[in-house]
Amino acid sequence: MNIRELPTREVTINACKLCNPLGASLVFRGIEGAVPLLHGSQGCATYIRRYLISHFKEPIDIASSNFSESSTIFGGGPKLKQALKNVIDQYQPTFIGIATTCLSETIGDDLQLILDEFNREYQAPGKPLLVTVSTPSYQGSHIDGFHDTVRAVIEQVATGGPKKNMVSIFPGMVSAADLRLLKEVLTDFGLDFLVLPDYSETMDGGMWDTYQKIAPGGASVDKIRAAGRSKAVIQLGRTVRKQQNAAEYLKERFGVESYQLGLPVGIRETDRLMQTLAVITGNDIPQKYQEERGRLIDAYVDAHKYLFGKKAAIYGEPDLVLGIAIFLAEVGVVPVICATGARTGKLGDELRCLLPELEGEITVAEGIDFDDIRTLVERVQPDLLIGNSKGYPLSRQSGIPLIRVGFPIHDRIGGQRILHLGYRGTQHLFDQIVNELIRARQDRSPIGWSYM
Amino acid sequence: MKVLEGRKKQVFRKGETPFEIDCEKQSLAGSVSQRACVFCGSRVVLYPIADAVHLVHGPAGCAAYTWDIRGALSSGPELHRLSFTTDLREQEVIHGGESKLYQGLIQLIDRYHPKAAFVYGTCIVGVIGDDVEAVCKKVSALKGIPVIPVHSEGFKGTKKDGYKAACTALMRLIGRGRTEGISKYSVNILGDYNLAGEIWIIKDYYRRMGVEVVAGITGDGRVEEIERAHGAALNLVQCSGSMNYLAQLMKEKYGIPSLQVSYFGFEDMAEALYGVARHFNDAEMMKRTQELVRDEIQAIYPKLLEYRKALAGKKAAIYVGGAFKAFSLVKALRLLGMDVAVVGSQTGSKQDYQLLKELCDEGTIIVDDSNPLELSHFIREKNVSLFIGGVKERPIAYKLGIGFCDHNHERKVALAGFVGMLNFAEEVYQSVMSPVWQFIPRPKQSVPMGGVQDEYSRTANP
Repeated sequence: MNIRELPTREVTINACKLCNPLGASLVFRGIEGAVPLLHGSQGCATYIRRYLISHFKEPIDIASSNFSESSTIFGGGPKLKQALKNVIDQYQPTFIGIATTCLSETIGDDLQLILDEFNREYQAPGKPLLVTVSTPSYQGSHIDGFHDTVRAVIEQVATGGPKKNMVSIFPGMVSAADLRLLKEVLTDFGLDFLVLPDYSETMDGGMWDTYQKIAPGGASVDKIRAAGRSKAVIQLGRTVRKQQNAAEYLKERFGVESYQLGLPVGIRETDRLMQTLAVITGNDIPQKYQEERGRLIDAYVDAHKYLFGKKAAIYGEPDLVLGIAIFLAEVGVVPVICATGARTGKLGDELRCLLPELEGEITVAEGIDFDDIRTLVERVQPDLLIGNSKGYPLSRQSGIPLIRVGFPIHDRIGGQRILHLGYRGTQHLFDQIVNELIRARQDRSPIGWSYM
Repeated sequence: MKVLEGRKKQVFRKGETPFEIDCEKQSLAGSVSQRACVFCGSRVVLYPIADAVHLVHGPAGCAAYTWDIRGALSSGPELHRLSFTTDLREQEVIHGGESKLYQGLIQLIDRYHPKAAFVYGTCIVGVIGDDVEAVCKKVSALKGIPVIPVHSEGFKGTKKDGYKAACTALMRLIGRGRTEGISKYSVNILGDYNLAGEIWIIKDYYRRMGVEVVAGITGDGRVEEIERAHGAALNLVQCSGSMNYLAQLMKEKYGIPSLQVSYFGFEDMAEALYGVARHFNDAEMMKRTQELVRDEIQAIYPKLLEYRKALAGKKAAIYVGGAFKAFSLVKALRLLGMDVAVVGSQTGSKQDYQLLKELCDEGTIIVDDSNPLELSHFIREKNVSLFIGGVKERPIAYKLGIGFCDHNHERKVALAGFVGMLNFAEEVYQSVMSPVWQFIPRPKQSVPMGGVQDEYSRTANP
């Protein structure tokens, strides 16, 4: 594995990451009856709303404590308290998720102190649950904000007690379609479950006849409370660090049996999830999934000649990069570049461990931007780019086709409906990748065969 | 729905007396304003200057959220479409980011050879106390190009204060260039950002009138043109919110008069040309202008009438950034036979709203700095068929099954100029008349479970 040295530039050019509060906002949007509230300038909330809306194409309300110059000097407490009152007044939420920003962190606002004051002053009935998370933008990136927020919610809400026939799963930053698939799998295993966050409906729902202040759906607070009583808990994402891992917390605090698995992309990683669920429940893997698996392998065989030895560059959230790399390797495509704007310190180790056969063929880059990715791509000349829509300028410039996965997808419709996970999600990715390579060959051919 | 106590004076229904509306105040905490921040205001105004480096001094988010954010086109260099940031980390927050900023500027200037560099201050820079001014001065002296700090710390006011910071930054460029050879019939175009190539349409009209355009500020903007802008005889100000301040500064310093214009809709577009011809008081020019307006309108009016036939009597809502755009949209919709039932803006002034009130029909809701809950309520209350706004308003309209037209940064079709009016009509028509709305659940006419029931399904299942 070639671990790429970090750039020597002092500027980031076309960042391949977003900031912490975006991840936090997304998690809070996946909780039933919740409104996210960012403690900082108005712009943070508005920019993040805009960014999420362009992907999900859904109304996304994120409140802001709307710092002024005087809050910056004297502290943002009064503004936060006013914001809480107004959010409660307007939205009647059952949950408010409060995330900090670089501004409130730097001036050193003590959130707990402010909330204690608020709780003393505000005694009206029906007060929502208030959960806080520290997400300064100068640390980590949006994926850290995401995991830290899941962990904060669990730490502040989950309680213990006798175990229930329930499994908790923390899927990481996946699409709305992926969340629906995971819930289907858990249901088919006959399980009661918590998926946190669950924005499958809040961020990809149907039409409304009247405007909903808070989109229906999301993980219920009751379920989150019960998480400490799960018979098992699964954290998806191999690069999630121990101190960010909410499953690890449930294990340490409540003795819940805990697993950390990769995102189920490809046969091997999906098998691992299915087997884990079979072990947890004592049930067989449902016939439906065995059939999906069979069809997927059948497709692998049908198309293997179009893939072997092809090279792909993957970029985006570290666990999606890892999942897709493992999947590509099993169909003969070399993931020559595995790049992420995040810094997990784990991506290289995981790849080395899971794909030992490709030692020396993969360049791993963490903390990278699109300018660096372009340099790598120019050097390696892959056949495919796989990642979010922010790689489109690179694809256009280099002429290398882009398979859109992950977040954000700002230049196409249906980003929230891209299915990456499970045998079915892999099938979808597989067909797309094979067809893109066939298309490229067909277009290049002077004859233009009308058969494969 | 109840309007928050602190916002009640920012909503006005025409017919209520006396006219009173609060505006130009900071958004209420927790109200989910559609506005952004000071940084946003500066960033959008300066963004289209295509041969400058735009470096965002702060954590990566502020730059990432504004990467290639506008469809502001350039006829040449495209440096503005890259996203540069010092990507401040915890270490710099503690020890200061000046050295990173200095090194970063040097590296960018060496690599891209820009004609100028803008350094945007973000919230955190305002707190950690970097002396951005000093760094810029040093780099400017070393590299021989203007390096200009933009004081756009997010918390220091509203988006409108960001416009001001941008105008102040622009004043540091204006006046640097030579003005020999500029025609006495010359203008600067202020406040058009060349979305979907709109400034090219407008420049073509002025060229045909015999008027020289010295600088587009900032649409298809170039540093050298802006440096000569003080040689123009007249400033044309569109997007009053962002550029009135620059026009005012240029009048004070260089004595250049200005004219408020709008390029949206037949009426305002024609007036934007006639106003210039009147200002220069040249009979030949006026004649050319009349011919131009006549030719342009004749070419598209019949088609427009077809759209009008379909759209007449339908209701619309407008919520845009600047109020001046709202005036034009009210008139443009009227040209299509449509009634405006709700109109508002993020940054309008008292005079703007006064004008809107005069322009609108009885019962129209006029609103300042609104939010999703209010907007969704107003569009339902007034039963509109169309909502005109920006990216954050689109899902509100769509979720309720209402047609939407993007009149903001992201539009890909030119809406300015006479041809823009036709494009606008076409887009409104395509959205309002789409057959998809038949499937939308409406509160009053409930659709039976299982989908649409029409004459075909009835005969199939008697």
